[in-house]
Amino acid sequence: MNNGMIRFVLSWILRLEGLLMFLPCVIALVFREEEGWVYLILAGIAVAAGVFLSKRPDNMEIYQKEGFVAVGLSWVLLSCYGAIPFVITKEIPNFLNALFEIVSGFTTTGASILSDVEVISHTSLFWRSFSHWIGGMGVLVFILMLLPMGSGGSHMNLMRAESPGPEVTKFVPRVRTTARLLYKIYLGLTIIELCLLLITRMNWFDALCITFGTAGTGGFGVLNSSCGAYTSVQQWIITVFMLAFGVNIGFYYLMLTRKASEAFKMEEVRTYLLIVVAAVALISWNVFRSYDGMGHTVRDAAFQVASIITTTGFSTTDFDLWPSFSRTILLTLMMIGACAGSTGGGIKVSRVLIMVKEIKEEIRSLLHPRSIRKMRMDGHVVQDQTMRSIMAYLVAYFVLFWVSFMIISFDGFSIETNFSAVAATLNNIGPGLDAVGPTQNYLAYGAVSKAVLIFDMLAGRLELLPIFVLLYPGTWKRH
Amino acid sequence: MQIIIVGLGKVGRTLVGQLSEENHNIVVVDMDPERIRNVSTRFDVMGVLGNGTSYSVLQDADLEHTDILIAVTESDEVNLLCCVIAKRKGNCHTIARLRNPVYSEERHFLRSELQLSMTINQDLEAAREVARLLRFPSAIEIDSFSRDRIDLLRFKVPDDYKWLGHPLKEITPHVRQNILVCVADRGGEITIPNGDYVIEKGDILTIIAMPLEAERFFYDIGVKTNKVKNVMIIGGGSMAYYLIKILLKSGVDVKLIERDRKRCEELVEAFPDAMITCGDGSDQNLLREERLDSMDALVACTGIDEVNAILSKYAQGKVRKKIITKLNHIEFDEVIESLVLDSVVEPKYLTAQRILQYVRAMANSMDSNVETLYRLMNNRVEALEFLIRPKSRILGIKLADMRIKSNTLIAGIVRDDKLIIPGGQDYFKEDDSVIVVTTNLGFEDISDIIETEF
Repeated sequence: MNNGMIRFVLSWILRLEGLLMFLPCVIALVFREEEGWVYLILAGIAVAAGVFLSKRPDNMEIYQKEGFVAVGLSWVLLSCYGAIPFVITKEIPNFLNALFEIVSGFTTTGASILSDVEVISHTSLFWRSFSHWIGGMGVLVFILMLLPMGSGGSHMNLMRAESPGPEVTKFVPRVRTTARLLYKIYLGLTIIELCLLLITRMNWFDALCITFGTAGTGGFGVLNSSCGAYTSVQQWIITVFMLAFGVNIGFYYLMLTRKASEAFKMEEVRTYLLIVVAAVALISWNVFRSYDGMGHTVRDAAFQVASIITTTGFSTTDFDLWPSFSRTILLTLMMIGACAGSTGGGIKVSRVLIMVKEIKEEIRSLLHPRSIRKMRMDGHVVQDQTMRSIMAYLVAYFVLFWVSFMIISFDGFSIETNFSAVAATLNNIGPGLDAVGPTQNYLAYGAVSKAVLIFDMLAGRLELLPIFVLLYPGTWKRH
Repeated sequence: MQIIIVGLGKVGRTLVGQLSEENHNIVVVDMDPERIRNVSTRFDVMGVLGNGTSYSVLQDADLEHTDILIAVTESDEVNLLCCVIAKRKGNCHTIARLRNPVYSEERHFLRSELQLSMTINQDLEAAREVARLLRFPSAIEIDSFSRDRIDLLRFKVPDDYKWLGHPLKEITPHVRQNILVCVADRGGEITIPNGDYVIEKGDILTIIAMPLEAERFFYDIGVKTNKVKNVMIIGGGSMAYYLIKILLKSGVDVKLIERDRKRCEELVEAFPDAMITCGDGSDQNLLREERLDSMDALVACTGIDEVNAILSKYAQGKVRKKIITKLNHIEFDEVIESLVLDSVVEPKYLTAQRILQYVRAMANSMDSNVETLYRLMNNRVEALEFLIRPKSRILGIKLADMRIKSNTLIAGIVRDDKLIIPGGQDYFKEDDSVIVVTTNLGFEDISDIIETEF
């Protein structure tokens, strides 16, 4: 394995994280909070260490194996270093809790161990929310724009390991240009949302944090009531943008470059929107009686559906009080997740869609055993290799789900709590049901369970395999 | 530049490797998902799975913004169709690889009517390379230029050259061939010589000439060309076909051994002057019988690399002047080097190199009126090709009446695909390609060659 290059990539991650940590310092300056010093010093150390360690290796090549290992380790490093400020400022004194919080941030989960976020300093709240924004599009993708590397394959091997979805799609031939485009679109959407929220008179700090949470499909709020305290217009804006960030970024690229009609032909996006509409309708119908009017019902239902399917995890109401049917729908949406190539988590609509198609093909081939068929997505034949990797992903997904479910059940919570806790972390959503519902948090879980959930969050964000690769003994063999 | 490469065979892969290193944006199109995956893991390129002749596939590959499309699939027809579609729908240059001799005979028609920028036939390319190797010794360096219509030959003036110390204009009447000295290199100092240039010992001259004339010129001035007079070719594939054609034209005796009777008959019909033997070229007795030891050169070009390599080794010490080995796979170049073969010709690699040369020339000439631009002599000399457009202000003026900038030379006019070495009485016509050699870098239009008046 090319250890030199992995070290090189990691040193850049550290340097980048250091640079990003300067932003909370600015917030600290505005609110005159002492916590800023901690961030300033840690930022300085990270940059210095990053520069110090970034000696160019002779071999700048990243092969597939190095790509996966580099991505896996980068996220571990990012999380561990990112947790330190919480510990030093004593806002979350326990390192494991702090790690849980920041992993939840970077993986855009939004699951918290804090019972009262309103006592936390603005600086730390900002860092927490900002981590969503960084983690949403991916740090490695960001670094791809800066880092010199061996041949072109190296870029691709890094990108493949970090991008959500069954296959990496490039919009343009070069990875670097693609990465730049991704970030441009991401930044553009972020700025639009921020402006809209500011126009509707949201407090600028809230607007900033909520925008970061929406963009990364994270879900950390700055108020204990999450998004419940905002006006209905603001809630609608957030709803629309949550849905927007759950759409494959390729969709926007098509919108910007070619015809919009082509963009709306993307099967995944259509299915995604269809699921959203259906879920909103069903939930509205189901909870209508407990609300005072149609407008409020649809608003809450739409907000919650958008929040869950895009794996954001904001809430405007305690959906744990909803009837079973609605809660089951939400649980299902948790698993499905957003579109591939978006910032959201979950199994991804495209995988679900391909699986459903596969079932259809299987039934057909039972009826006409000799017929030969190829499954298509957006008019292109789905390759066997893609099919196989989706299968492997699903098996790995359910195995990990089950193992985590078993381990955390020792802590004595209800099955509903445990099941939704694993679903909410593995799919990067945040709040689950019952004891981990939107008004509750994960503090009560034991250390082992928290470690498992942290692992689930990382595995979920990186689509399982890059994290599994780190644990597989064969990876570390010399030959 | 934005480049689409259709077909990821060996040529395609070589091109992808080179061009992506040179910072071009590349989209590859192939029908085989495995090939696409391999290439896109190794290089930073975008892969599009599908048939390159389909418009929608090409659209996926962003034909709209493409500068060059290179079609190098197995099939000539696919390549042609790709290029035609690309030309119709996108405004790009197109390059097609064509292997069928029928098409390469018609390449001028294809270029003008289907508006292909370049067609390339790998067997012909290899045959030309072999012929060049047989014709000139290594002391003469050859740059092919202007889509292969012209050779630039670089050589060192021999010490006993009888015109040493005379200016070029005195020599010219005595040289019977139609050649022109383009660049002179005297101890690293580069000049574009005019009639007053005096040749001295140790000068390295670059001349422009049609291939056959160059040979006679070298003979006249006493540079040993070491030309072979008879050649034995083993294996009668398409490369051999082109090679025989070229060699016979330049008066070399050709003896060919081919196993397949039918193919032999075809070749006899095509070349009554060549001696075609039907038999197994790897049979020692046959080779002895055909007097391999009395031949000047051997060209081993069967379809099997191993046989070619072994034949070449066997011929070492028997053949008098030159042994040329055709190899299709040179991935293990260290192994091949260790065999110490005389000369190796690799058709697919050559093809890729030719296309690369063209693409580079295009990249150089982007955003100007220059058709192609080559940089020679460590970038100190530019050779530019201009197309004379209608209404150009220098149309129809005799060269003798033009005030051309110093260190600038009109080296050739290509009219109807033939090279004219221009004299004072020549003038430009519409649609001529004019080749200008200069040390004044940065010309953008043909009118830049004329001295601006004060």
